[in-house]
Amino acid sequence: MSERTLMGGNIAIAEGAILAGCGAYFGYPITPQNDLLEHMSVRLPAMGRVFLQTESELAAINMVYGAAATGVRCMTSTSSPGFSLQQEGISYMAGAEVPCVVANIMRAGPGLGNIGGAQGDYMQCTRGGGHGDYYLITLAPASVQEMMDLTMLAFELADKYRNPTLVMADGFLGQSVESIVMREPVKSLPPKDWAIDGARGRDRRLINSFEMNPIDHPKRIRLLLEKYERMRLEEVRYEGMLLDDAEIVIVAYGSAARAAMTAMNRARKNNFKVGLLRPITVFPFPSQVLSDLAEKGSKFIVAEMSSGQMLEDVRISVGNQNEIKLVNTYGGVPLTPDMIFEAIDLMS
Amino acid sequence: MSNRGINDMDNAIFRRPDIMPDRATHFCPGCGHGITQRLIGEVLDDLRLRDKAICVGSIGCTVTSYLYYDVDGTEAPHGRAPAVATAIKRCHPDLHPFAIQGDGDLASIGMAEIVHAAARGENITIIFANNANYGMTGGQLAPTTLVGMYTSSTIAGRKEDRHGFPIRVSEMLATLDGPAYISRVSLHNPANVRKARKAIEIAFRAPLEGLGMGFVEVLSMCPINWKVEPVNAPQWIVDNMIPQYPLGEFKCKPEVEELKKAVRG
Ligand SMILES: Cc1ncc(C[n+]2csc(CCOP(=O)(O)OP(=O)(O)O)c2C)c(N)n1
Ligand code: SF4
Repeated sequence: MSERTLMGGNIAIAEGAILAGCGAYFGYPITPQNDLLEHMSVRLPAMGRVFLQTESELAAINMVYGAAATGVRCMTSTSSPGFSLQQEGISYMAGAEVPCVVANIMRAGPGLGNIGGAQGDYMQCTRGGGHGDYYLITLAPASVQEMMDLTMLAFELADKYRNPTLVMADGFLGQSVESIVMREPVKSLPPKDWAIDGARGRDRRLINSFEMNPIDHPKRIRLLLEKYERMRLEEVRYEGMLLDDAEIVIVAYGSAARAAMTAMNRARKNNFKVGLLRPITVFPFPSQVLSDLAEKGSKFIVAEMSSGQMLEDVRISVGNQNEIKLVNTYGGVPLTPDMIFEAIDLMS
Repeated sequence: MSNRGINDMDNAIFRRPDIMPDRATHFCPGCGHGITQRLIGEVLDDLRLRDKAICVGSIGCTVTSYLYYDVDGTEAPHGRAPAVATAIKRCHPDLHPFAIQGDGDLASIGMAEIVHAAARGENITIIFANNANYGMTGGQLAPTTLVGMYTSSTIAGRKEDRHGFPIRVSEMLATLDGPAYISRVSLHNPANVRKARKAIEIAFRAPLEGLGMGFVEVLSMCPINWKVEPVNAPQWIVDNMIPQYPLGEFKCKPEVEELKKAVRG
């Protein structure tokens, strides 16, 4: 029987990782995810697993690279400025096809910004983020339960595609405390016949992204592109609420989706036909379902805590025929149900 | 399978180490990196490390160092080899990661990683190839470039007031308690190459015994960017580099002194 327990969002990521068999964590303190690192500093060594507080986020991501190359499930967590620093390392891992999980508990930018929650790293997370042609499956939890569940899924998808996988949440969610159902630990981890774990009785293996000659390098990239295409076909995840008769569809993820749910419920009580489309993967983005809704003539409200970054993906999916309204905050300010309800009221 | 090929004659007295496949390197004529790679190859053979060693390539002219050893390998971003090696060792204490890092890689962009890996006492081997310039990118100013030295980005020579002073990495790292063994060697003549071989072996043995990082700084020829003939490059080290970078041991834990007795040469 699964027990219920009260847990913080960041802690749920840590515990989800442990359940998924995460054997090593490397990280550097940054608010609002310090509790994740601190939790790991106690839990992992007690289980005989590796924890290391690193000298920087650069060192952290490159340690993740080294650990993951040996076949160990491993992760780092950080927040926006630290995530920016990690882009080169993530690009190397994408290029070398090394799986890992990176949790980005977003805060407000640009620059130092502030430590309030935000969703301003959407573009960086969904467009690869570093240099070169690559994409990362990016999971966007909207509850503490999902912080745990999607972290476990992230490890699975990372191994399945041999690619770094992101858990992208905002600082408000990281600091939320909710009741969740504990999950069972993963029993067996997939074999990794590519890992560099010592060339005992076999040919040596190489994990790299360097391809000096311009004939082989495009071939390697083509294989990567095929992989990202498979992700687009097979890994789209979203939650649709009250979409069947919806005249207005709110598109929102993460904490913004929680505000959107409250606004939607209030709107329904007022007889507005409002539904919610909540992307769970923001890469790959649920474009098809949005374009289907657009065809039925829906109007759209995009609710997000950024200048309107996801709005671009919604526009690409929906096209020019339907009304799309952006309701947003930025700079570490939470989005409220009132703001979204007001937009519904105006649009109806 | 033996890869000795044409060297494998009954009375050969010098042959390619077994661990090094029969392939040409990409180094310029007279480059020191080939010698360093060979010395490491000899040590990998002697210590029977084929099953344990992980070669971590770093960014610079040694980027493909992993191509020249028949061991598992990977490739770190510029400056980050000590971080990659740290994680490999922490997750698999039975493995032995090592890296050859250039002076731009280690002493400039990667200074934080080497200092902290050394301070933590990571049980890894780092061979630091100091050629006083950024070789791969065409010979620019490095943190180790000598005062007065011409580089492609200091065409009037390194000036103290504008470019600051060269960094003595071995001496700096020797102030830390973590490393087991730190020494500076040079490749300018056969006697010193033999000393380098010995130092590299100690730098492998010490972390294998769990004593902390083994670190060897190798003064290494880069004739193409020094603009000297390959045959004159060794003398250039003697005249220009050794006065700034004195040879010798800067750190040797007492337990490592014991280990040394097992090292030939
Ligand atoms: C992040 C990043 N910055 C810059 C470079 C370009 N780059 C490649 S090698 C190199 C310098 C290498 O010099 P050094 O470490 O001294 O090694 P050497 O080539 O002399 O052996 C630089 C700056 C890079 N590959 N990555
Ligand atoms: S540029 Fe210098 S360091 Fe690089 S291969 Fe040529 S000689 Fe060696």
